[in-house]
Amino acid sequence: MADVNRGNRPLSPHLTIYRKQYTSVTSILARLTGISLLGAVLLVVWWLLAAASGPDYFDCVNGLLTSWFGDLVLTAALWAVWYHFCSGLRHLYWDTGRGFELETAQKLAWGVIIGSVVLTVLTVIIL
Amino acid sequence: MAFLTDRKRAVGLGASKTGTESFWRQTISAVALAILVPLFIFTFGCILGSSYEEVLAYYARPFPAIIAALTLVVSMVHFRHGMQVVIEDYVHGLAKKICIIAFTCIAYGLAATGLFAIARLAL
Repeated sequence: MADVNRGNRPLSPHLTIYRKQYTSVTSILARLTGISLLGAVLLVVWWLLAAASGPDYFDCVNGLLTSWFGDLVLTAALWAVWYHFCSGLRHLYWDTGRGFELETAQKLAWGVIIGSVVLTVLTVIIL
Repeated sequence: MAFLTDRKRAVGLGASKTGTESFWRQTISAVALAILVPLFIFTFGCILGSSYEEVLAYYARPFPAIIAALTLVVSMVHFRHGMQVVIEDYVHGLAKKICIIAFTCIAYGLAATGLFAIARLAL
């Protein structure tokens, strides 16, 4: 099918050409955070597996994840998960057929960005 | 044919031959994760960095263990289907199929590994 001549019709604008908007940037970030959260899950599973394997290996992995570098990575992962969470709530709201007006959509985009940062800071303070 | 409604004529003729199942599947897992993820962040967050004995005792309790297992399984199912959407957007042909299969293996592999670890800690 791919080699069928489709008449050289114009393509829709690609990501690199399209002018950036709050809504498009937040949507791209939702994908990126979703993909990179695989790394966070990997770390969590590694930690759980280490705890299941015995005290020596646990101390090694636990020490790594609670070092300054581990803290940095986990805090980034925390922001990613809160961002994806807020973005997901926005999509669930859109799924009800509401919030598509340009102004509302832009407010929601800001809400996702600010909400994710606030939730991350709150979580770091609480824990 | 004259008796068929427009809807009846259109049903089954979509390019993908399927309807909105994958969208609905993602919606279900998204709602589940909207509840599970905050619970997991706080249960996991408060035990991370504790001693080995404390971690063993913590995950021997039903609530943290069940939350961890549920979050892991649902998030990996959500990840697998979300990844498929991303792959289908940017990768085509044989590479697309290989990517989808690879990420399906990674998702279920991680879920199984995590479940094994949680089961071993909990029991």
